[in-house]
Amino acid sequence: MTPLAMPPVAIGPLAPVLIVLGAAGLVLLLDLLPRPVGRELIATVALAGLVGALLATLARWGKPGRAFQDMLVLDDFALFANVVICYAAALVVMLSIDYLGRNGPETGEYYALVLFSTGGMMLLAAAGDLIVLFLALELMSLSLYVLAGLFKRELAASEASMKYFILGAFATSFLLYGIALIYGATGTTNLDRIAAAAAGRAHDPLLVIGLGLLLVGFGFKISSVPFHMWAPDVYQGAPTSVTALIATGSKAAALAALIRVLVTALRGSQPDWAVLLWVVAAITMTVGNVVAIAQSNLKRLLAYSSIAHVGYMLIGVVAGGSAGPGAVLFYLLTYAFTTAGAFGVLTLCERAQAEAVEVGDYAGLARRHPVLAAALGLFLLSLVGIPPLAGFVGKFYLFAAAVRAGYLWLAVIGVVNSALAAYYYLRVVVFMYMREPEGAGARLVPSFAGGLALAIALIGIVLLGVIPAPFADLAQAAVAPLLR
Amino acid sequence: MTHAAFLVIAALAVASALGLVLRRNAIHGALFLVVNLGSVAALYLTLGAEFLAAVQVIVYAGAIMVLFVFAIMVLIPGKEETGLDPRRGWRLLALPVGALLALQLLLVVRAGVGPVAPAAAVPGGVEAVARLLFTRYLLPFELTSVLLLAAMVGVLLLARRRV
Repeated sequence: MTPLAMPPVAIGPLAPVLIVLGAAGLVLLLDLLPRPVGRELIATVALAGLVGALLATLARWGKPGRAFQDMLVLDDFALFANVVICYAAALVVMLSIDYLGRNGPETGEYYALVLFSTGGMMLLAAAGDLIVLFLALELMSLSLYVLAGLFKRELAASEASMKYFILGAFATSFLLYGIALIYGATGTTNLDRIAAAAAGRAHDPLLVIGLGLLLVGFGFKISSVPFHMWAPDVYQGAPTSVTALIATGSKAAALAALIRVLVTALRGSQPDWAVLLWVVAAITMTVGNVVAIAQSNLKRLLAYSSIAHVGYMLIGVVAGGSAGPGAVLFYLLTYAFTTAGAFGVLTLCERAQAEAVEVGDYAGLARRHPVLAAALGLFLLSLVGIPPLAGFVGKFYLFAAAVRAGYLWLAVIGVVNSALAAYYYLRVVVFMYMREPEGAGARLVPSFAGGLALAIALIGIVLLGVIPAPFADLAQAAVAPLLR
Repeated sequence: MTHAAFLVIAALAVASALGLVLRRNAIHGALFLVVNLGSVAALYLTLGAEFLAAVQVIVYAGAIMVLFVFAIMVLIPGKEETGLDPRRGWRLLALPVGALLALQLLLVVRAGVGPVAPAAAVPGGVEAVARLLFTRYLLPFELTSVLLLAAMVGVLLLARRRV
């Protein structure tokens, strides 16, 4: 038997993910200690892991690395996405500390699963091979399926988990089938080699069907219409902190992976997927916003709002070039701050023996807790896209990229939708400031970590809104490695 | 030596297959099936197809049998195991079908299929697969183990009785 020639293993590019997964292992071990340790300690370890991964990611900025025979591509694009993901996950961990103690089981496994899921997201954004992409997607999704059903005493949580799991497994099988067909057409699963093999035969039926199935799988993960049905139920049933993670981190990771696959491996089929995504973007925006108007549950409202925002981001994917994906990256950053903040306010509020999730619960909040009401108001205004908040700048870059690429009508649909969306966001603001509550209404549950998370998110949206240029330039530059 | 091993394993396989068909109790039948699948895996081993043998044990004797036993325990109520078969008439079909099978066997034996030579180290053998797993596909391999760990933690979290 010939000895096994071990290939060189470059740990460097894997370091941020390893830190997160290592923290997950540590959290599991801490949970096993004979004398129970405080959940604050466990949460701190989880937070330290995420901050460590964030620092490790930032330290690698400008030093792109490939490892494991190009299966892992940690270029600036992946680094940017990883920063967004780590930030979102860290905010979620901070929001979880007191929220979980109040509402659910105090288990270390929660934090371990959040970290596992985050590790999967980071790998997803850096996957240079369809096999790694699939495994990372599964790591992310499996952990989220479980987290969604964490409050198993409640029927809605079990429904959310079950629905998410079954539909998610279904969507993943579509993705896997697409990967198999693309492998069949090109003989490789490596993204760069797929691009080389597919050059000049964009209309190979295997390739076209594979592309379509791939888009179905991704469409589910980013909850674009017509694969959005799960989102409202899951967002509503899952613990609010987990909902924040699903809405920010998993979306950022899946969109980053989608962009990488489309722009590198399937660049030859660009006319095909651009047309397809044009339609999907237009329908997703419109359906998300129109249905959101009718919602009275704040979590469902934010679910439909997040569907609409995926529609906006798809505009950037359609626009292509370096401006489009760059605008999407920047938008992901602003969106992560804004959405994590909005869900964060929900985790800090409660009413008698229950979570405060109805819009009516927030009536008169401004009188009782002016700071909290102002925070939620700012997050909602940023979601509307009112200057000088981050949401406005993000949308501006997206629409500008679309106009410059010649997709004027798509930009117009986007602007009309933003105006439509203002109605339901502002309705919540009106409730908070101009209505009197029926009964007790929501009240604030003080939480140091949660308050800190909200403060960070607030600073983020104001900072990104006032001086967006440096961050937007970074996002634009990060896309460059994909376009080589 | 190999001949003796083959005879023992083959006898075991046939005996357990018979046991599977003849036992009335479905659980006993399932256990016989485990023995049968295991001995077929051993046959693969003697032919040099180590990877196939391992997969046979892991996938069939392991995962699929657990599902089988689980389904039997959940779905089949006690009485139906021993009650009268409502479609006894169909059993008459066994004679012609069995005769056909016997005829086939006879023809195969007469045609004289020689002993199958152990396969050489072909791609698909355990060594080739291991070589790929630990070199080219090292990252997916390790990633799979993380995935399984996460799944295990998740299942424990959801299945634990105490909330």
